[in-house]
Amino acid sequence: MAKITKQDVEYVAALAQLSPDEETKERLVREMGEILGYMDKLNELDTTGIEPTMHAIPITNVFRDDVVTPGIERDQALTNAPKSDGEYFLVPRILDVE
Amino acid sequence: MEYEAVIGLEVHVELNTKSKVFCGCTTRFDAPPNTNVCPVCLGMPGVLPVMNRAVVEATVAVGLALNCTVSKWSKMDRKNYFYPDLAKDYQISQYDLPLCHGGWLEIEADGRAKCIGITRAHIEEDTARNVHTIGAGESGVDFNRSGVPLLEIVSEPHIRGAQEAFDYLTMLKRILEYLDVSDCNMEEGSLRAEANISVRPKGSTTFGTKTEVKNVASFSGTQKAIEFEVARQIQVLEAGGKIVQETRGWDADRGITVTQRSKESAHDYRYFPEPDLVPIAVSDEWVERIRASMPELPKARFDRFRGQYGLSAYDAGVLTSSRAMADYFEKVVSAGAPAKQAGNWIMGDLQALLTEAKCASVESCKITPADLASMIALIENATISGKIAKDLLVDMFKSGKPPKTLVEEKGWVQISDRGALETLAREVIAANPEPVAAYKAGKKQTFGFLVGQMMKATKGKGNPKLINEILADELARGDVKGS
Amino acid sequence: MPKELHELTAHEIRDAVRTRKISAVEVAECFFRRIGEVDEKVKAYVDVWRQYGLAQARSVDDRLAKGKEMGLLAGVPIGIKDVLCTRQGYTTCCSRILCGYRSPFDATVVQRLEAADAVFLGKLNMDEFAMGSSTENSSVQVTRNPWNLKCVPGGSSGGSAAAVSADECAIALGSDTGGSIRQPAALCGCVGMKPTYGRVSRYGLVAFASSLDQVGPLTKDVEDLATVMNVMCGRDPRDSTSADIPVPDFTKSLRSDVSDITIGLPKEYYTDALNNEMREKIETAIDGLKKLGAKVVEVSLPHTDYAIACYYIICTAEASANLARFDGVRYGHRSRDAKDVRDMYCMSKTEAFGREVQRRIMLGTYVLSSGYYDAYYLKAQKVRSLIRRDFLEAFQKCDVIIGPTSPTAAFQIGEKTSDPLEMYLSDIYTISVNLATIPGLSIPCGLTRRGLPAGMQIMGKPFDEETMIRVAYTYEKNCGIDMGRPPIV
Repeated sequence: MAKITKQDVEYVAALAQLSPDEETKERLVREMGEILGYMDKLNELDTTGIEPTMHAIPITNVFRDDVVTPGIERDQALTNAPKSDGEYFLVPRILDVE
Repeated sequence: MEYEAVIGLEVHVELNTKSKVFCGCTTRFDAPPNTNVCPVCLGMPGVLPVMNRAVVEATVAVGLALNCTVSKWSKMDRKNYFYPDLAKDYQISQYDLPLCHGGWLEIEADGRAKCIGITRAHIEEDTARNVHTIGAGESGVDFNRSGVPLLEIVSEPHIRGAQEAFDYLTMLKRILEYLDVSDCNMEEGSLRAEANISVRPKGSTTFGTKTEVKNVASFSGTQKAIEFEVARQIQVLEAGGKIVQETRGWDADRGITVTQRSKESAHDYRYFPEPDLVPIAVSDEWVERIRASMPELPKARFDRFRGQYGLSAYDAGVLTSSRAMADYFEKVVSAGAPAKQAGNWIMGDLQALLTEAKCASVESCKITPADLASMIALIENATISGKIAKDLLVDMFKSGKPPKTLVEEKGWVQISDRGALETLAREVIAANPEPVAAYKAGKKQTFGFLVGQMMKATKGKGNPKLINEILADELARGDVKGS
Repeated sequence: MPKELHELTAHEIRDAVRTRKISAVEVAECFFRRIGEVDEKVKAYVDVWRQYGLAQARSVDDRLAKGKEMGLLAGVPIGIKDVLCTRQGYTTCCSRILCGYRSPFDATVVQRLEAADAVFLGKLNMDEFAMGSSTENSSVQVTRNPWNLKCVPGGSSGGSAAAVSADECAIALGSDTGGSIRQPAALCGCVGMKPTYGRVSRYGLVAFASSLDQVGPLTKDVEDLATVMNVMCGRDPRDSTSADIPVPDFTKSLRSDVSDITIGLPKEYYTDALNNEMREKIETAIDGLKKLGAKVVEVSLPHTDYAIACYYIICTAEASANLARFDGVRYGHRSRDAKDVRDMYCMSKTEAFGREVQRRIMLGTYVLSSGYYDAYYLKAQKVRSLIRRDFLEAFQKCDVIIGPTSPTAAFQIGEKTSDPLEMYLSDIYTISVNLATIPGLSIPCGLTRRGLPAGMQIMGKPFDEETMIRVAYTYEKNCGIDMGRPPIV
């Protein structure tokens, strides 16, 4: 199962929004193949009927009341923005208009 | 070959809770950009979501109103994709264990009741807003809307045409509005719809390839888009082509659907359970508490109005089209007005005034239900004429004053004094010899003219029934006496 | 030999400050001097807050002078791992992608320490985004082990452990996802604890793996650990996963008594693969506790061998989602060459995330992707349940489980960086604890022949940090080996 191809690396990189260069892709093919191969160890275990641990803490129903609490000021929100005009976070033009 | 359309609707509803789903920021929409934000809805490093209880309760209420099963145990999931309006670059939503599932919504199709299945109703968070009017080569992102609670309601593909889709949306909106969980305003964006559309030969049970149609901004727009797309698909198939599974956008200006470039390169959302939130366990007891707090729903109210007030299906339908109107109607009736008259005045003259004044709801108008009932009583006991009442209503609408006050101020008390009217009738007859002669010669239409003269003389306040009666008598008497 | 001021424990400093034998400002100045003297060699700090720390110290002294009641950590100088959000200074997680980032809020833990009158000295070095076991993945610098500057301090809280060890602070805050507090504590010869999952708020902890991360302290002794745990623990309404369980007074567990304690020794840990020297150290420690009345039983954790595979599937999956937000839109690095939105994402991340981080994002994305979710992520979640069950069953026979914290003492810088899998395999003893969500503590148990610290790990039942602290305290007071101070050479 853990034979990773360059195509796999390219598909995953696209999903993860990373653009590794050719050398990095080769390296990732090797490393991911090795690491995922190690992870295949889990197939040695029969887990039929075992409930997955979907949540680390066995509690339910943690809620907040529907009350408005103060947020942060706009200038604080924008303070780390790579680009802004004082009102909006600016990004390169988004071409796919909804 | 005859084709049938197979349509499913996916509706996103912005819930009108005071605060956002995972943080305490306000959900008010009319603020300057990026002023209703906090580290949580901005997706800053180190933040964590906390579920707003009111969102769960509103979702359960909607689920109950749509006859759904409320999951005893449900969870949130992460839906992973990248887009500038997605603060964390994943959306917290529900994937395989939605809070509500397996319900239905009843509409009327071809005069018969039809149930449209509801696959699911689940909680998710809204994205920020992208603004494209910044300047060359740039877009702006406003996070005020990021984290506003959304309810996603998905129907089964049971809808068979544009009209059914329109009716489904109308009925769904009515239910949501009765529950007061959302503003349900498509133009403002608090209600959004997407249609999954395919066609197949009539009688077939397999599904054709479907397309997803987005970017509809109104119910009628949805209707038109569906009509277009269904026709387009049929055209493609009849020409021997194949339908491409894709997302299409409705271009309202040109009246067509167009292929949209998909914004996610691959729809591999890599869903997994949200580790920062704990599961939601809804007990039977909690469900019953929510159910008990729900108002009477549109269908039940419609049925009751027909039975209790003897209203026609049409009248009951109009009066229950909004909860505010139904409430108003019942208050007018319990203040003493007969149901039929109350209904007529509300649906007719009052609605016309509301429309003209661009009043969103009867709740916001100045005429109290008690006042409307008083006005109707004044007509019933002949204090004023129906004609005068129309003007009176306009004044009541503008001033908010009670009818009796206005009637006195304007001296609108109907003249029902027989003696006065008899005198007046004789005066009018005396002043109009030719029309009278014409009437007696057989031209019955001139009666109307003479009635008009009497109305004019009474400045419109004459009791029309009496005027007609008395005038007829006087004219007849004239014959006997001789002119 | 009387201790120097910077060698004092936190409780000694606090007592001296409270009783006004020494001022908070003197303490702070002493530590800033110490940092100035040794940090060039140790490289524990990425940002020193001299002005801010002194201002805090002055405020502590002011309130003391006014007779106000002072907190449990009055005047105690504390270093903060750069994975915790602070309004003061920067919060970078030692990544280029957050270079220059200023958090608009303080982590809950930071707030609580400040409310207890602690004084903050600055931010500490770490593996980028807490991914690593040696602090060699920091984009800023490699921290050195104060016991041997050619060796790693461990990771990812390497800066925290080194700073405590080199007396550059009295207490340090760290974070632990797979051993990142306990392993560096062991390698640097200090005490470190990962509390039960849910004990300490994660609000303000930049997330690596949400279902595994916990904030915890690194200290010089067990009393300091108990003291700071009293301040840190407790439900936080801003963290849905923080437990609504009362916080005991952990200092009440500071008593020498193990007569009622049964220690479990997992047979899977004491195999031939365990380094002899390490085994010796642990056995000596256990013997010491036995002499004080503790009983010992063998227990089994049959799924031990699967823990690493399980861990690396779950943590990379969660990390791939948690790190997605670093997209250059609202904060962080944005590539100058980005012409469109997709470029902005890809180039910014590829330029600014380090190699290990990118590798884990790739792995995590893969194991969640369509077609692989069931085989990897879902499978790992089930194995996680088995691992947790192993511990809960073992705890029916014992009160605490003891084993080595790390299979080896500190290794040389550069020794393991070429093979990522080899690095992952060194987490063998600590990782299961995070998967099982139980608490774990590392305490020094002597120096190896090469003069490097060895650490013993005490694991406890969920929310039973009290018993662990009692066992650790008993060991420290009766069997503890005085290792002296690290030579910093």
